[in-house]
Amino acid sequence: MNTGENPPTQFVDNDLKPVGHGRMLRKEDARFIRGKGRFIDDIQLPGMLHLAILRAPIAHGRIVSVDVTLAEAHPKVKLVGTGAMLAEHGLAWMPTLANDVQPVLATDKIHFQWQEVAFVVADDRYAAQDALELIDVEYEQLPVVVNARTALEASAPVIRDDLAGKTDNRCFDWETGDKQATDAVFARAEVVVGQEMVYPRVHPAPLETCGAVANYDPIDGDLTLWSTTQAPHAHRTLYSMVAGLPEHKIRVISPDIGGGFGNKVPIYPGYLCTIVASMLTGAPVKWTEDRFENLTSTAFARDYVMHGEIAATKAGRILAIRTNVLADHGAFNGVAAPTKYPAGFFGVFTGSYDIQAAHCAMTAVYTNKAPGGVAYSCSFRVAEAVYLIERLVDCLADQLGMDPVELRLLNLLKPDQFPYTSMTGWIYDSGDYESTLREALKIADYAGLRREQAEKRASGELMGIGVSVFTEAVGAGPRKDMDILGLGMADGAQLCLYPTGTAVLRVSCQSQGQGHETTFAQIVAEEIGIPPADIKVVHGDTDLSPFGMGTYGSRSTPVSGAAAVLVARKVRDKAHLFAATMLEVTVADLEWRKGSFHVIGDPAKSLTIQQIAKWAYGTGQLPDGVEGGLEAHIHYHPENLTYPNGAYICVVDVDPGTAVVTVRRFIAVDDCGTRINPMIIEGQVHRGLTDGVGMALMEMITFDEDGNCLAASLMDYLLPTALEVPDWETGFTVTPSPHHPIGAKGIGECATVGSPPAIVNAVVDALKPYGLRHADMPLTPSRLWEAMNGNAQPPM
Amino acid sequence: MQVPAPFEYERATSVDHAIGLLSRRGSTARLVAGGHSLLPMMKLRLANFEYLIDINDLHRDLGFIKVEPSRVRIGAMTRHRELLESDDLRRLFPVFNDAERVIADPLVRNRGTIGGALCQADPSEDLSAVCTTLDASCVIRGPAGERVVTMAQFYRGPYETAVGPDEILTEIRIPLRPNGSSAFEKVGRRAGDWAVVSCGVAVWLRDGLITDARVGLAAVGPNTTGIPAVSQALRAKAPSEELYAEAGEIAARSCSPVTDQRGSAAYKRHLAGELTKRALRRAVARIRGEEP
Repeated sequence: MNTGENPPTQFVDNDLKPVGHGRMLRKEDARFIRGKGRFIDDIQLPGMLHLAILRAPIAHGRIVSVDVTLAEAHPKVKLVGTGAMLAEHGLAWMPTLANDVQPVLATDKIHFQWQEVAFVVADDRYAAQDALELIDVEYEQLPVVVNARTALEASAPVIRDDLAGKTDNRCFDWETGDKQATDAVFARAEVVVGQEMVYPRVHPAPLETCGAVANYDPIDGDLTLWSTTQAPHAHRTLYSMVAGLPEHKIRVISPDIGGGFGNKVPIYPGYLCTIVASMLTGAPVKWTEDRFENLTSTAFARDYVMHGEIAATKAGRILAIRTNVLADHGAFNGVAAPTKYPAGFFGVFTGSYDIQAAHCAMTAVYTNKAPGGVAYSCSFRVAEAVYLIERLVDCLADQLGMDPVELRLLNLLKPDQFPYTSMTGWIYDSGDYESTLREALKIADYAGLRREQAEKRASGELMGIGVSVFTEAVGAGPRKDMDILGLGMADGAQLCLYPTGTAVLRVSCQSQGQGHETTFAQIVAEEIGIPPADIKVVHGDTDLSPFGMGTYGSRSTPVSGAAAVLVARKVRDKAHLFAATMLEVTVADLEWRKGSFHVIGDPAKSLTIQQIAKWAYGTGQLPDGVEGGLEAHIHYHPENLTYPNGAYICVVDVDPGTAVVTVRRFIAVDDCGTRINPMIIEGQVHRGLTDGVGMALMEMITFDEDGNCLAASLMDYLLPTALEVPDWETGFTVTPSPHHPIGAKGIGECATVGSPPAIVNAVVDALKPYGLRHADMPLTPSRLWEAMNGNAQPPM
Repeated sequence: MQVPAPFEYERATSVDHAIGLLSRRGSTARLVAGGHSLLPMMKLRLANFEYLIDINDLHRDLGFIKVEPSRVRIGAMTRHRELLESDDLRRLFPVFNDAERVIADPLVRNRGTIGGALCQADPSEDLSAVCTTLDASCVIRGPAGERVVTMAQFYRGPYETAVGPDEILTEIRIPLRPNGSSAFEKVGRRAGDWAVVSCGVAVWLRDGLITDARVGLAAVGPNTTGIPAVSQALRAKAPSEELYAEAGEIAARSCSPVTDQRGSAAYKRHLAGELTKRALRRAVARIRGEEP
């Protein structure tokens, strides 16, 4: 591992080597570690005004009246916006990414606590906040629905009475797999184990909250919007559709972003308020959300109640899996997932196992809670799917009295089964699951751990070992079946070599900390053989980069990464033509060695890519039908998702007297195919494993029965610190993706997805002496102590 | 960005200056020491004071740990970090070091003060438990002069103390008694979190028998609780696992926790017993030199 102790010269050296894939320090860290990153709140424009949002303190109710007279009279206030005002411009409601609608500012009704009601624009942030307190809103409270389990009861109040003909709180029903075939397998199975489990509502809680600076030029009609977005181009198109602005006059800039994790995929009311405020005042307007607003109103994640069943033989052969899911979507369906996938990629719940049948029936409901659902590095709900199957397999192992590793080895898909079409129709591209698991077992010394556990148990100590073997599905997505609001999920890339041999790569994906400026430079370096230091990666500005769908769902490397490879190869192919002309040989006479073309049989006769670039812009006869210059453009559709996998082993100790869990060891072996920068991969994995500790042990967005959000600060919504995590032990296997041009698969979310079940499995394993088979996250000391005493409760 | 409502601000240059400012401004004013509780509340506009009197310059006069023959005096502006790093406290009252290691994080400990911690009177505050354990007394100064109160008199309820609107807590005094030691145990949901339950214990031994013992429990009642019944049960007995268990049972029985985000009342009651038992065990081991 590189540490902060490296002298600065190390950075330069590392940046030059290797030319291509390999461990090198991140180019962007030079500015981040010096505090020179430029985030939304760093943007300052002359004459900029500040916007603050008034939010409703109740979870469900009618707005009787909104009186803004006093706020408008505040000497520093320039504009007060209300739902009624937006309605005059046709902007009171906006579409969500899931084809639902959501108010920008509430017009007649409040659907969840801290929903947006009004905004104030003032000379400074303090005055804007002061003026919010001068707005008088009268509410008439309505009964609330917080618990998804009661949302469909006849007595439940209808939350979405804005939808024509809506008489209940049903959001949608969805199913996948073959119910009849699955039920038939269950009917004749020797062993059936069922378990209800809750994946609690959690929140991505990025370090940087959401925000925007809008600058509308009333003369040219141009809108520049700096915003915390993971998908600047998609947002540009949606703003055009919602606000009626010509798309070519909108420029969305996503500067340095302090973490996204899916929280910055949706369009939030605050962004639109900021745009409207700039258009109406003619001045630049800044809105920076505070932590309270971020935790209470922006995209949450998970909130699934899953009843799973697994059918098997007595010998431990898994036959089928079926599940019923109750999905809490909050007040509006704000799921950010491909349109034809209302439950995201939850359909991969059959996991890494060779089974005969599977079925899922899901009911999604509206509740008086903030919208969202797909966020927090979940890979479009693969997190929920992996948790379900990996907990179920452990329940089965418990029932059969089998070691959970032995049970998994018996059922894992074999390498020769790929490409594998799952019982729910997903085509897994490649994998060698057993090798990945065996690597983890080796690093962990699994047999030794089990011996240690037996000794400890004998002396009353509670040690647990948990395993999770997961398959991810990332890189949305193929044009044939994936789009968001009609926009296909392809990514653009442009590569231009300059006459002096340096290059600029423009990509449509956008970094929130993933290290794209390094990784993408390495991808191009590998293909055209110029040092990463000589390649600038431009991203996050719609005027400076080609169209694409952004960064989320671990899609950057599978989609934009492939685009970068292919655009570099286009450039190389063109350079190949030029080299043949320059050396007066045929194309077939030349061979490519990273960075230069050599005449076969006369390798001293060669040209570097830099020499060719200079010639491309210079003089001399061009090959027939070929233009000068050395650049290329691509719009890339992946033909399939990539399916990275991993095997995780977690070792915990539980204090029998206090029920405090200590994660003592965590072994994570990931297979993301070809590894571009192992250091960045390790960083992604460390981050995701930390997420896992958070979700398994402490994170949850809770509500009281009146719909008050009880997790509105980081004192109440607990995130893990360095003190809660062990020294991560990472390893890898490499099974390339057959359809990605360099065999790479996504890695960003694997650890977030794969680690929670390993931790829960470990804790449950530790508590075997208590007869425990399952306990729901978060396993806080109190909740675990209750479970140890036979009072395990689902979280609320 | 969270921004507070408008307020005026002044730095006090002496204790008397601060008292003078408090007297003139009344209940619209507030002292700010470390500021780690007050400023977040003001930014969230849960607390709106028109006037802040910054007493950080008073660290000159009130930032001290003085060992005298029969007591230790700690100035109210002594920072958490100074308590953590004090060799005198580690030697005389290891309970301080135990507690400070698990109070918040280094950033908070660099600024936060013992006076601020006690005056905030959060039911889950750890130093309150430490001071209750050690039978501390609090020196409060106002326009009419100085008065000294016990910890029991100091606390009036959650977030309420005996310190009047024009008064300042200046000093905490802890009696020194021979042949004793102390220890602190805490369960939080995460490093730096407020206590689910925390517990201080001080024990004194002579000829193998407990001459006196005290406990201080945080987060199991409206204020830190010292449980006299535990002291009574321990006096004149020889330390043993059975005795610790009995003390733990009394502590669990005698406290009054409530269910909240940090834990259920039943769990907290259980912890009150478990942590009392553990802290007793450790304090006795320290007297015997079996543990640092």
